[in-house]
Amino acid sequence: MSGVVLVDTGVANRASIVAALRRAGADVEPTLDATRVREAARVVLPGNGAFGAAMAALRSRGVDDALRDRVARGRPLLAICLGLQLLAESSEESPGVAGLGVVAGAVVRLRDGGRVPRLGWGAVAVARGAAPRWLRDGDAWFAHSFALREAPRGAAVATSDHGGALVAAFERGPLLACQFHPELSGEWGGALIQRWLAEGAT
Amino acid sequence: MIARRVVPCLDFRGGAVVKGIRFAALRDVGDPVALARRYAEQGADELLLLDVAATLEERAASRATVAAVRAAVGLPITVGGGVRSAEDARALLEAGADRVAVNSAAVARPELIAELAREFGRQSVVVAIDATRAATPDAARGAACGGFEIVVRAGSTRAGLDAVAWAREAEASGAGELLLTSLDRDGTRAGFDVELLRAVVPSVAIPVVASGGARGPDDFVEAARAGAEALLGASLFHDGDWTVGEVKQALAAAGFGVRGRFVPASVRPGEESAT
Repeated sequence: MSGVVLVDTGVANRASIVAALRRAGADVEPTLDATRVREAARVVLPGNGAFGAAMAALRSRGVDDALRDRVARGRPLLAICLGLQLLAESSEESPGVAGLGVVAGAVVRLRDGGRVPRLGWGAVAVARGAAPRWLRDGDAWFAHSFALREAPRGAAVATSDHGGALVAAFERGPLLACQFHPELSGEWGGALIQRWLAEGAT
Repeated sequence: MIARRVVPCLDFRGGAVVKGIRFAALRDVGDPVALARRYAEQGADELLLLDVAATLEERAASRATVAAVRAAVGLPITVGGGVRSAEDARALLEAGADRVAVNSAAVARPELIAELAREFGRQSVVVAIDATRAATPDAARGAACGGFEIVVRAGSTRAGLDAVAWAREAEASGAGELLLTSLDRDGTRAGFDVELLRAVVPSVAIPVVASGGARGPDDFVEAARAGAEALLGASLFHDGDWTVGEVKQALAAAGFGVRGRFVPASVRPGEESAT
């Protein structure tokens, strides 16, 4: 079936992502090869660990440019957890490190509103007026200490709450970015991955 | 808001799920994959897999069991047992764990927590704390031990560490969550040790998982009231006395958010931005 390139930065829970993509019918190729990341039909950018370390891993192989290029050309990309944060301009987690800058805004530390890391199932709600292709209301598995608070311009956004709304996910063209882990979010998350795989091709 | 989690715990040894009382007298209670599937169907929010023989056999937790459960369910899985290094943790993550729990090795070498947090992110690191009511009053140990003391090596060894002090140190070192087990209550179905929870929960800002002693839905409600973010059960689920769903119903009835029973966030980003 459909092939997916998984950007392999040594991500912690790679096995769970691979298992979920396979359940959704995709063939998965983990790689850090910039050409593959640039040209593949679909790319998944997962992420765990620190913002700065992840950006360094991407830059060391030119994968940062390949990802920016994909987004600029409207090629399908699914970014998960830290993957979403890497799309922003910067993060409070790693001051001075530039993100991919695919969307405006800075990732900020979670403070009031509950214990941090924010771990567990949180409600996801499509923002009023948004008309996403893939995102739906539901419950998703989160595991994060930082988040994007500003809605990216021109994106259909879904929010979750931790001391105010945070960006739980957004989609813009064939880009789908999730702060939650769709691969761990049961049937709801599996269905989201399936919708993106089915419609993600340009 | 984040929902309170109900987490079935699969202690395993060899290829079988086992359960004992106060970490001893282990009996076989079933197959890991079959139980994982059953609990996923009942609405489990996460699964905890603990290889209870690993530390004593000086090896890391069985990857085969982790991989088999990973292939069967799409829920978050935390794995512990015998993890002594980042390499051990990586092997379990590659086998299908989403988070890794450390216990004895972290007590022996607290830097392990920071090493794991740096490598895999704080949210992937669970520090499991097995605590017992201190047998000796503070006088015998200076001021070091308060009401609860740490045990290691599957409950076989007293570590001479105060539970609250260790919880704080684990948090400061990079733990993303504490899995707080009462050795005294484990497998006894006498209810969670709420005093232990009330000692530890307010002393840290990271989530705390209550473990040991659950006998029925009311105990879960009580532990949630004591501030536990997640609630672990084993015997009561393995023996079929209660389902995960029944426990979650009780939590919801008591006013706690559980998965599937939410008021969705209604604010838009930007409108109530905390930046």
